[in-house]
Amino acid sequence: MSSQIPYLDGNAAAGELSKVFAVDITAAEGQCGSCGATRRFAEAHLYMGGPGIVARCCVCEHALLRVVSTRHGIFLDINGMTYVRFDTTE
Amino acid sequence: MWRVGTVLALHDETATARTIRLEVPDWPGHLAGQHVDLRLTASDGYAAVRSYSIASAQDSEHRVEITVERLPNGEVSPYLTQQVAVGDRLELRGPIGGWFVWRSQQAEAVQLIAGGAGIVPLMAMIRSRTLAGKTAPFRLLYSVREPDGIFYRDELRALPEGDRSVMVTYAFTRAAPKDWSRPPSRVDAALVAEVTWPANLAPSCYVCGPTPFVETVANFLSASGHNRDRIRTERFGPTGERK
Amino acid sequence: MDIVSRGFSGRRNPADAKLPPGQYLTTDFPVLSAGPTPHVPLDKWEFTINDGTDVLRRWDWKSFRELPTETFTADLHCVTRWSKLETYWEGVSLDTMFADVKTDASYALVHSYGDYTTNLPLEDLMDKQAWIAFRFDDEDLAPEHGGPARLLVPHLYLWKSAKWVRGITLMDEDEPGFWESLGYHIYGDPWREQRYSGDE
Repeated sequence: MSSQIPYLDGNAAAGELSKVFAVDITAAEGQCGSCGATRRFAEAHLYMGGPGIVARCCVCEHALLRVVSTRHGIFLDINGMTYVRFDTTE
Repeated sequence: MWRVGTVLALHDETATARTIRLEVPDWPGHLAGQHVDLRLTASDGYAAVRSYSIASAQDSEHRVEITVERLPNGEVSPYLTQQVAVGDRLELRGPIGGWFVWRSQQAEAVQLIAGGAGIVPLMAMIRSRTLAGKTAPFRLLYSVREPDGIFYRDELRALPEGDRSVMVTYAFTRAAPKDWSRPPSRVDAALVAEVTWPANLAPSCYVCGPTPFVETVANFLSASGHNRDRIRTERFGPTGERK
Repeated sequence: MDIVSRGFSGRRNPADAKLPPGQYLTTDFPVLSAGPTPHVPLDKWEFTINDGTDVLRRWDWKSFRELPTETFTADLHCVTRWSKLETYWEGVSLDTMFADVKTDASYALVHSYGDYTTNLPLEDLMDKQAWIAFRFDDEDLAPEHGGPARLLVPHLYLWKSAKWVRGITLMDEDEPGFWESLGYHIYGDPWREQRYSGDE
């Protein structure tokens, strides 16, 4: 029986999300739509290994982003974030 | 999106961890800290994808090294550490990740903290710094079960002295060498305070390893005054625990 | 698909048993999560059946455990392709829980502690097809597998068997739940391989 915390972080979703976003998402900053915390996507709690990937706010566990890859396409829900800010200065 | 790499060389870091060197002809280059996704496909089309941190610094030869630790009951790691042979081809996607990276232009002090296999991306940072001839002050705290579990042992031992030095502290959690000053135990706040750059230096901190290790250590850093923005973390773990 | 990895076969065992299309047999029990494991103290646990406006039935842990239970064996089919056969459970049949519930509703939206939901036709919960299960393999259901209690609807893909179940809302229309609203099939019959919306 493992007491391991069952999440990774936003870095683990970056590969899947590279199918959707042309720019790296781990460095992007997002605001949680529930508690207002603003963090880099890399810090999100990443739940995966199930039907899809769920990224949750590291403060309140609200679902920020969900992504599912199916044979009919990639489904993305980012309603859990008030905004996502991508750095364009590179 | 998926590129094909050919296995050039294999090197056992420990009894359970192996470094795989790949040649990827169209590799676009990578930053220290980034990772790749590897995809393995069985003859009936079944595919498994896993993420592995890049261990090597970007070189001019389109080479990418990963270090894989064999997980008990793993689906992919036993194959990568025991069956893959020189000449085999592996599919990979990447480089991935833009947050947990160290760029050689960074001049500030850097604190690296590794838990077990979390040493891999941090080693890429050390190697990149060496290859670029940089002297940004680096320190490494490397938590590992026992001396036989150390990855890149010879290379860490041979790190340059003087201006280019990297201070390496090992924290053994299960078994320490004879006469080791610290009995085997987990990394605690006192150790972090003793061997890491102080907060007032405002170092960039990179913490990598299993989720509980990363959370604990990041909290120690934060509690001792490091600004949250200067603490970058990457959590490792099996994708979908198996019981 | 371009590359076959020499000698890689994954975790699968050759299947003697009849499995739904695209599934492989597993002997372990993967823990797959869409969120953190809720920890629900038994003195706070409750299960309700409501119609969106009124609570029709409510049980706390004590009254729930006074209901007649059944032990049963079920094959589990996860949409991520693993199947685990002949798993052994104890639970309360949904037929028992709906015994005094009068409704014209055709659909159910199942709620878990946390934010997970899943939907299915009400008739798929009836007629010995579904249970609220609280024991697995002769032990109390562990939190990481959905304890203290989870829904089990073995004839549909396992994502319909909501872990950490807290209640059912009766609906006139089918309303997609957590995964159904993001590309997964609204019904999810493994034998017709209804994994994704758009599958027949």
